[in-house]
Amino acid sequence: MTDFCSHETCSQHHHVTFKDVGYRYGAHRVLHDISGVFHAGSLTAIAGPNGAGKSTLLKIIAGVFSPKEGTIIIAPELAGKIGYLPQGSAMERDYPISVRQAVSTGLWPSMGSTPSLNGAANEKITAALAEVGLQGFEETQIGELSGGQFQRLLFARLILQDPQLILLDEPFAAIDAPTIAQLIQLIMRWHSEGRTIICVLHDLLLIRKYFPESFLLAGKCMGRGHTHALFEQKLLSFDLDMAELVVPEEKEDSGFGIQDSGRK
Amino acid sequence: MELYSALCAPFAEYAFMKRALVVALTLAVSGTPLGVFMTLRRMTLVGDALSHAILPGVAIAFFVAGLSLWAMTLGGVLVALAVAGLAALLTRYTTLKDDAAFALLTLIALAAGVTLISLKGGSVSLMHVLFGNILAIDMPTLWLVVSVCAVTLFTVAGLYRRLVIDGFDRDFLRIAGTARRGAGITSFVFFALLMLNLVAAFQALGTLMALGLMVLPALAARFWSKNVDFIMPVAVCFAALSAYAGLLLSFHAALPSGPAIVLVAGGAAVFSALFGRTGSVRSTLFQQG
Repeated sequence: MTDFCSHETCSQHHHVTFKDVGYRYGAHRVLHDISGVFHAGSLTAIAGPNGAGKSTLLKIIAGVFSPKEGTIIIAPELAGKIGYLPQGSAMERDYPISVRQAVSTGLWPSMGSTPSLNGAANEKITAALAEVGLQGFEETQIGELSGGQFQRLLFARLILQDPQLILLDEPFAAIDAPTIAQLIQLIMRWHSEGRTIICVLHDLLLIRKYFPESFLLAGKCMGRGHTHALFEQKLLSFDLDMAELVVPEEKEDSGFGIQDSGRK
Repeated sequence: MELYSALCAPFAEYAFMKRALVVALTLAVSGTPLGVFMTLRRMTLVGDALSHAILPGVAIAFFVAGLSLWAMTLGGVLVALAVAGLAALLTRYTTLKDDAAFALLTLIALAAGVTLISLKGGSVSLMHVLFGNILAIDMPTLWLVVSVCAVTLFTVAGLYRRLVIDGFDRDFLRIAGTARRGAGITSFVFFALLMLNLVAAFQALGTLMALGLMVLPALAARFWSKNVDFIMPVAVCFAALSAYAGLLLSFHAALPSGPAIVLVAGGAAVFSALFGRTGSVRSTLFQQG
């Protein structure tokens, strides 16, 4: 079991600490007994089958949901420095605003309430859009963007937010390989800057290649730690059909065998 | 001169028409921005439910205090709050979704309200509450509407960016808002403004028509612009024109004024859906052709 820190010491090493966290939608239990930590500066992929509770876990970290059981501790210095990229389907894609307006929401906590943007804000927006390859789309309405372009827009908003804890929920769903490659580079840059990144992903190839830490989820933690170590244990192989990873009922040894090992 | 008689004389010569115009224009300016956000947040049916939900409160106040403006306003707000709270509880503790929970409570509220008013006041009072009487607006009611408008405009101006973000990505506001105090109250304030405007509007337009002047111009405006910053003023213009034209129509054709205003606003919405610049039947057929 992972070593748990106190609230005070947590801020030095751990950005996120779970202790026996559970969540249910009505009577349907989607998460239980989640314990462990996400270290400051770590880059972690959360993987698991559909319905495993991955997005729910991310929303709990983001503060959108409160855990129904257990506790979660977010390092105090992260207040207002959490960036969350939801699944594209969770957004109002036909909302009547331009790309510039949508991206400018990333500046919201530090800007006023009026719709006008000053010169400095506009420069930041232009730079963020250029960084994700959306230069020239400033005045395009978001409803006219493709799926990949919309994901780029959400990444541009994250750039403006400048968060220390970045939560990405299936950021590469239904987008093309060149876009994925470009966005992966951005994630790598964030990682090199010491930001903590937690990313829900289905693509095991991407996880193996780019994410040093993994967290396997199927209702409860099926294993976590160094990605290559997990794969070497053959607990999760390339040809594993994630859809067959069945949510275990209160069984200690699920066949995947590993409990939360934390980081040594 | 004939044009003056048709378009201006009713308001210049009759004090009740002047008061009606001031109230209708004020309601248009106050309620339409909320209507725009309501349609963007897909809350139109919830707004409709709330507008009906004020009826039992108004009826109870009418039962106790007669046609007292303040008692009816307070009763309407309290019961609308209770219905919203009960709907939230039903959604949380049963399998009902938002729309079904509101529908259940609204139908009960509407039936209870109509029954109560019928018991006390008969059909005249019932028609007054259901459809309003903008031509019989007195000065206290006018001041209530103007005050609600002032509060609404200042609040919407202050919360504009939050309201825009909230419609686009509600979770974002909740997460980013932790850096800024009071971010979580945006939805609450929006609901409070909505209820205030519905209660202010019911005297003029009645509980059944109150939402019309908020939502129909907002829907019409969406067919003329793709951007919320432009939709807002276009919607307010539609609402103001509907208020003016509806009152004129009511005056010249001897029609009930509240429904006449809403009919004009509805006509503008249908015209926009057919011939508007974006998303209309015309633009869709033209693009396909």
